Amino acid sequence: MTTHLDPPGIQWRRVSSKYIAAELLSGVLFWGVVIAVALVLYLLVDVEWAIWVVWGALAFLVLGAIFTARQVRAYGYQLRDDDLVVRRGIMFLRVVSVPYGRMQLVDINRGPLMRWLGLSELKFVTAAAASAVVIPGLPEFEAEALRDRLVELAESRRAGL
Amino acid sequence: MSEELPQQLSEGRRSATAASLADGEWHRLHRASPLLKGGIALIAILGVVITNMRERLIQAFVPQYTEGGDPVDFVFEGGLVGWALLAVAIVLVALLIGFWASWRMHTFRITEEVVEVRSGIVFRTHRRARLDRIQGINIARPFIPRLFGAARLEISQAGQDANVQLAYLGSTAADELRREILRLASGTREQREARIADASGGSLLETRVGEFLAPELDPDEAPPESIVRIGIGRLIGSVLLSTSTLVLIGGAVAIIVVVITTDEWGFLFGLVPAVIGFGSYWIQRFTRTLRYSIAGTRDGVRVGYGLLSTTNETLPPGRIHSVVVDQPLLWRAAGWWEIKVNRASQATAQNASAAVANTTILPVGDHQDVMNVLRLLLPDLTDLDSVRLIEAGMAPHGRSGDGFVNSPRRAAWLRWFSWRRNGFAVTMDAFFLRRGAVWRELVIVPAPRVQSTSIEQGPLGRMTRLATVHLHTVAGPITARLGAVDVDAASAFFAETAGLLVDAAARDRSHRWGASDSSAESDTDSPVTPMSSADSAATPAEAHVEPRREEGPGL
Repeated sequence: MTTHLDPPGIQWRRVSSKYIAAELLSGVLFWGVVIAVALVLYLLVDVEWAIWVVWGALAFLVLGAIFTARQVRAYGYQLRDDDLVVRRGIMFLRVVSVPYGRMQLVDINRGPLMRWLGLSELKFVTAAAASAVVIPGLPEFEAEALRDRLVELAESRRAGL
Repeated sequence: MSEELPQQLSEGRRSATAASLADGEWHRLHRASPLLKGGIALIAILGVVITNMRERLIQAFVPQYTEGGDPVDFVFEGGLVGWALLAVAIVLVALLIGFWASWRMHTFRITEEVVEVRSGIVFRTHRRARLDRIQGINIARPFIPRLFGAARLEISQAGQDANVQLAYLGSTAADELRREILRLASGTREQREARIADASGGSLLETRVGEFLAPELDPDEAPPESIVRIGIGRLIGSVLLSTSTLVLIGGAVAIIVVVITTDEWGFLFGLVPAVIGFGSYWIQRFTRTLRYSIAGTRDGVRVGYGLLSTTNETLPPGRIHSVVVDQPLLWRAAGWWEIKVNRASQATAQNASAAVANTTILPVGDHQDVMNVLRLLLPDLTDLDSVRLIEAGMAPHGRSGDGFVNSPRRAAWLRWFSWRRNGFAVTMDAFFLRRGAVWRELVIVPAPRVQSTSIEQGPLGRMTRLATVHLHTVAGPITARLGAVDVDAASAFFAETAGLLVDAAARDRSHRWGASDSSAESDTDSPVTPMSSADSAATPAEAHVEPRREEGPGL
């Protein structure tokens, strides 16, 4: 998916499609708990309005399921000559470009669900909090290779603050 | 590094010259430091506690003593004078030993590369900071230490409360030490001409008075005249016409309306805390801004504030991450502007009294003052094109051909009042964002300081073919973000910026601002030399072992 906000001539590398499953699963877990609590309230404690919470949660769950796949496919990154470009979002599209030399550190995070699926999240931290360069849903080996590559590139293009 | 202290340590007092303080050996602070740092307050609090709880304390320690009568009489009659004096003496001696020990354990040293401070008796702390990463050096003189001729030197580094404090030093020693640290940090190789300390044979009182009345800016280092003078009238006017006044008036009107409609006069008392709050805010702002001064020195901009408690801070070149020139609504008639900056060093609320992250550079000034201050803050932007862009950025409306890429007419859907002003401009050295019609703003971001850039578009933007561009800098009062830009212009901006940032970072040499080109090369710390990559992959721990190594450029 290429839109006109993308820089010209860019070839996005996508995140793993397993990440769709991870997102779906975490959505089901979260809303499942909400629905369960609301059902208990409605059936056992006789709280009238709890049924609306159930319907609302179901609606969110379905909407989330519809959009998750597209959202995950909207993530993309590319290592250009001097900078890393990351895009995300369909409704709220954001493309960020960060020169390698601005790297302060690279984080790799793995939650329990992600570890089970063999996925990692890579976070490129600069001195500006607003940068927010995050690439979720990378296969473990790819995340580690990317991290090492980024550190190497940053070292060769060191810049100050 | 040996933990053994040399027997003979010179103290940071007036007698010690700066050269001897920055010689790479360990030194101690001003002898009165523990007292000035809180000892006086401690003794005062103890006094208050003892006078208030006298009866109870006496009951606790001397149960034989019964109520009534003066304890002093009791002491005399009981022949306990000796014991009472002894107790007082023990407390005093304990305090003195504590103060002496904390003074003795508090040492600092300044080498060619780092500044280090060790302190604490039970809990030892050891802080080391690299000189080429200095974000600013502040000399604060709170009122009471100022009376004693002492000053606090704060070396700020990037990060939250990441400053190294030397509290306290002798007033003149602090000034000289700052100059010396800045010289070391700047990378200048030649020794600057040491200033001959005026060894005037005057009495102690005379030197104290001289120090107290001395100008905030050292006349030898800076042009004696501040380039901006804030008259008392303008200062009062600017404080009274601030946005907080609008808020107060709005609140007052609301309360009066409530009183009239409900006929409940009690609501009027709601105004009292508001008036007290705003009053103290005004007075604080007023006294802080008194004796404001700003001047350019060889080692950056020096900004001074304060009447009784004074601070003045030197910001080396390249330490300003973005600048905003803005004009609150009420200032428009007078033509006043203020200038704020983003800096890499931040202070948390608890530490705000340290006045480290002072982000207001010009509290109030007219058009000419703004141009003068910007020339100091951003010396790269003194060419004609940049000046023209700054002028256009402060203009009430954008015009075609003023150098800015202005928002299209359809942006009026999203920027009802300001779409005519909303626009950006790009030069080799900086980005200019002009925005706001009610509260006019011009944001200037030096290109070497931009960390990354992004372009964003939401559903509204998609419908109107508009996008948002955002230049990410370190956190501060300024967010360099411009919405409602034509989507093609924004894409072009994004593409151009990506290349510009890399070039600007490669060209930037401000971490060693004083180093001449030849010495910069011999420093082997060029930011784009791939050869040094293996070397500079050193971990911080390694860098500590070998602090002399030149690492990558500073912040």
